[in-house]
Formats: sequence, C-alpha cells, structure tokens
Amino acid sequence: MGITSRGFSGRRSAADVKLPPGQYLTTDFPVLSAGPTPHVPLDRWEFVIDDGTNVLRKWDWKSFRGLPTETFRVDVHCVTRWSKLGTSWEGVSLDTILADVKTDASHTMARSYGDYTTNLPLKDLTNKQAWIAFRFDGEDLAPEHGGPARLLVPHLYFWKSAKWVRGITLMHHDKPGFWESLGYHNYGDPWREQRYSGDE
Amino acid sequence: MSSDNYDYLDGNAAAGELSNLFAMDVTAAEGQCAHCGEKRRFAEAHLFMRGPGIVARCAVCENVLLRLVNVRERMFLDMRGMTFLSLDTSQLQKSS
Amino acid sequence: MWRVGTVVALHDETATARTMTLEVPDWPGHLAGQHVDVRLTASDGYSAVRSYSIASAPNSEGRVEVTVERLPNGEVSPYLTQEVAVGDRLGLRGPVGGWFVWRTQQTEPIQLIAGGSGVVPLMAMIRSRVSAGSTAPFRLLYSVREPGAVFYRDELHALSAHDHSVGVSYAYTRTAPKDWPRPPGRIDATLIATGAWPSNLGPTSYVCGPTSFVENATDLLIAAGHGRKNIRTERFGATGERK
Repeated sequence: MGITSRGFSGRRSAADVKLPPGQYLTTDFPVLSAGPTPHVPLDRWEFVIDDGTNVLRKWDWKSFRGLPTETFRVDVHCVTRWSKLGTSWEGVSLDTILADVKTDASHTMARSYGDYTTNLPLKDLTNKQAWIAFRFDGEDLAPEHGGPARLLVPHLYFWKSAKWVRGITLMHHDKPGFWESLGYHNYGDPWREQRYSGDE
Repeated sequence: MSSDNYDYLDGNAAAGELSNLFAMDVTAAEGQCAHCGEKRRFAEAHLFMRGPGIVARCAVCENVLLRLVNVRERMFLDMRGMTFLSLDTSQLQKSS
Repeated sequence: MWRVGTVVALHDETATARTMTLEVPDWPGHLAGQHVDVRLTASDGYSAVRSYSIASAPNSEGRVEVTVERLPNGEVSPYLTQEVAVGDRLGLRGPVGGWFVWRTQQTEPIQLIAGGSGVVPLMAMIRSRVSAGSTAPFRLLYSVREPGAVFYRDELHALSAHDHSVGVSYAYTRTAPKDWPRPPGRIDATLIATGAWPSNLGPTSYVCGPTSFVENATDLLIAAGHGRKNIRTERFGATGERK
C-alpha cells in the first residue's frame, strides 16, 4: 500500500538506549492475551514439575512461598515490538525449583492455567535465566499480568514468559507450544530477531 | 455466558482479517465448537486479538475455536477447534 | 484488499468524537451495520489498523462516513479526531461483517441498544431505514455517560418527533439532564420492560457497545424473554477500543 498518513507516528518514542532490532520503548505495560484471565484461588494453586507421566515435584502456594526468593530488574521484549526496560520483580529462581530434580530431559513445556503452553530448552531455564515471578513493581502480580505467578524468561521474547504458569513438563524431544505451532519462532531470541518460524 | 472478565471482542472484529481468506462473510457463518458441541454464529465467538495473533474462543466453554497469525507474507490458520463452519453461499451472488 | 479513502469532510459530533466523510473511488457499497478497517502508515512503514463502524446509510455515491471517538490512551483515535484534515488519505478495508447488519427487506420490529460509541452502526441502520422508506418499527435505547456525549442528537430528535414508528430513549449512566425522571445508572430490567419492544412482538435486537455493556444488555433481553437467536451483538473492547 503506497500511501502514508501525514503526521502519524503511532505510539513509539525515540530511544537512546540499545534495544533489540525492530523494538520500540514503552513506558506502560501492555496487556496481551490469548484468552480470558484465569482466576486461581491461592488455596487451589499448584506448581508441578512432571515428565509427562510422573509428578516429580509439586508445590502449593504456601510451600512455594516458603522457597528462597530474589528481587531483580530485567528488560522485557515482546514480539509485538514493545520493550520495557528495568522492570522489577520478585520471584523464585528456576535453579531453586529444579535443584533436586534429576533428569536427562533436554526440553521443557511450560503450562498455564487456561490452555497456554510454550516450549523452552531446559538449559534456558537454568543458570540464573528464569524465575517464577509473583511480584511486579513492589506489588503482588496482578491477574491481567499473569498473577498469582508467571514464568519469567527475559532473554527470550516475552511470549515465552508464560502467564498464570501452573507447571513445567520435562521432555526428551522438543514440541512446539501455543504460538510456536502457528508461525512463531521455536526459540525466540530478540537479539537475533527470531520472531517467526523461518527466521535465522 | 457472561463472565466478570470482559477483556474480549467478538467474531465481528476478525471479519477484516478473515476477509483475506474467505470469499464469503464468516461472521454470519454458524460454527460448532469441537469441545462442547455448542453451535453459534462466528460473530458471537469471544475474540482475543491484542496478542501475537487472533484467538477465537467458544462463548460457552472458552475453548479455542480458531487461531490466526500473520507473519510477514504468511498467514497461519488453525481451525481444529471447530467441528464445522457452515456458510451461506447465496451471498456469493451478491456484489457486497 | 486495501482501498484508499480521501477525507472530504469532517464534523465534530461531541467534544471527543468526530465524523469523517471519506470518498472511496471503487467503493463496492455496504449494508447498515458493517464496519471498515482503517490503516494508518507512518513514513517509516510502521502501520496501525483499527476497526470503525460505518455511520452512513447505504448509498451509491462512493462515500462512507465513520464516527471516531477519541480514547484517552488511544494510538489511532487521537490522530483521527484531531490531526486528520480534509484531503488526507487513509487505507480502508471492507466493508466487512454480514451478521450484524440490518437489511431493508426486514419488516419485523427492530430493537437497537447502544452503549456509548456503539450507537454508530445502529445509526447507520436508522439512516438506512429512512433512505429506503421502510416502515419497520424501530426503537433505540441509547446509553451514554452524560448529555454531552450523545452523537447525532439533533437528527435523532427530529426523527422521533416526526415519525412515531421510530422511538428513541436515553439512559444516562453518570450525569443526567436537569429534572430527568430517572437517576443516573446503567440499563436495567425496568428500562428494558418500559423502553424496549416486548419479546412477544418477535423483534430482532441489535446491541452494540463495550463488551461489558453488551453482555449486560443481552442478559437483560434474554431474561425478558427474547431468544438468543433474535439478538445480534457487536462488542467493542472494555475501553471502547476495537482492534
């Protein structure tokens, strides 16, 4: 389409900071969803590590909140092109979650309340790269942003940071999740601009 | 069925995107949810489209009816969530 | 398939809403209730698309009117309601939508229920009825925050004054006019019972507005005995935004 709209620039703002290619800076926190916000009462919330057959570890909200937590600041990058820098969270590191889990699995599927899934290599969840986050900006994580708890994997596009996470299935073979099965990149590194399947 | 979470649109909102694919109007098409069997007009589906793609869900059971993604010069479509879609072909005779 | 629409006229409906008249050379015509997708493209290729209901009656002049409400945090609506000038060109796709339409061949009583800017496609239906010379009985129940938010007020007033088969009633949700008999509040069962067609007349209802408004009004109609199959709905987002 050849025409441009005189004087229209959209919501983007110029940034002096280094952003991944094709991203723009946002100061708000857009809410993007593939489905309705699940409302999970804390007395029924669970987080499960399984291997597809057996439950390996399970926490309810009380035992989960008894785990050691970290507070940290990270940049997040959404495939729809917005980036939010210096976001502050509190969560439990996946290193802590997986500490006693013996596995030779290479891949994982993060599963959420609702039906959302996203796949990640196991090595991308460990080594201080991922958390189960339950507080954002000093407050309990709001439901529309994934509360009570979401997966947070900031080195990948934000669709990998599954909201309303309920567990992780360990797998020996990779399997695409909700968006990965419909045109989005299987891995999703924003710095290599791996947005879509077929991107290098 | 109403919920207290009104963060969705309906099938009408996807009409423009789907017009790239369907020659006939899809909003008036009747679809059956493959999960709960409910039959409704596609216009009544709950639509989530502010994310990486469009997701249409059954208004009764909220299971996925249809997913659509536009990436560069490709459109990906998954319609496994519908047992069928029934369209009025008499519209093909009309010019608009 | 994208067409080019040229802005040929602009008209403020309220302090925050504006109607654009677009001339579209190869416009295929439309039905009352349909909408268009409008695409804005920045000079670096960035584009944004939003859906807007067509406000004008079907016509053969290749012209389309859309009424846009400015949303506080909108990306596109502030541009369309404040920056766009006569002569500007916009990308247009459509018309689309074949379910939420009123066809001039319909003769049954029509119940229109509008929440805020949801009145736009319903106004196209009213205008279509007028230009087709239809005698189908129409009622519009129009819910707005306050009197200053009403679109097409003079036209609606003139219409209901001259034609007793078109009834217009208002529900003010935040601030009512002075001496208004009903205190501010959402549409409720009483208003449906007194202001809407009774279900035994077999009306077709069209409900349009923010999602929560549509769900509430639809539930009330069903509770009043209307069949779901006789109720057609079009939802805008929770904030009134349609994308």
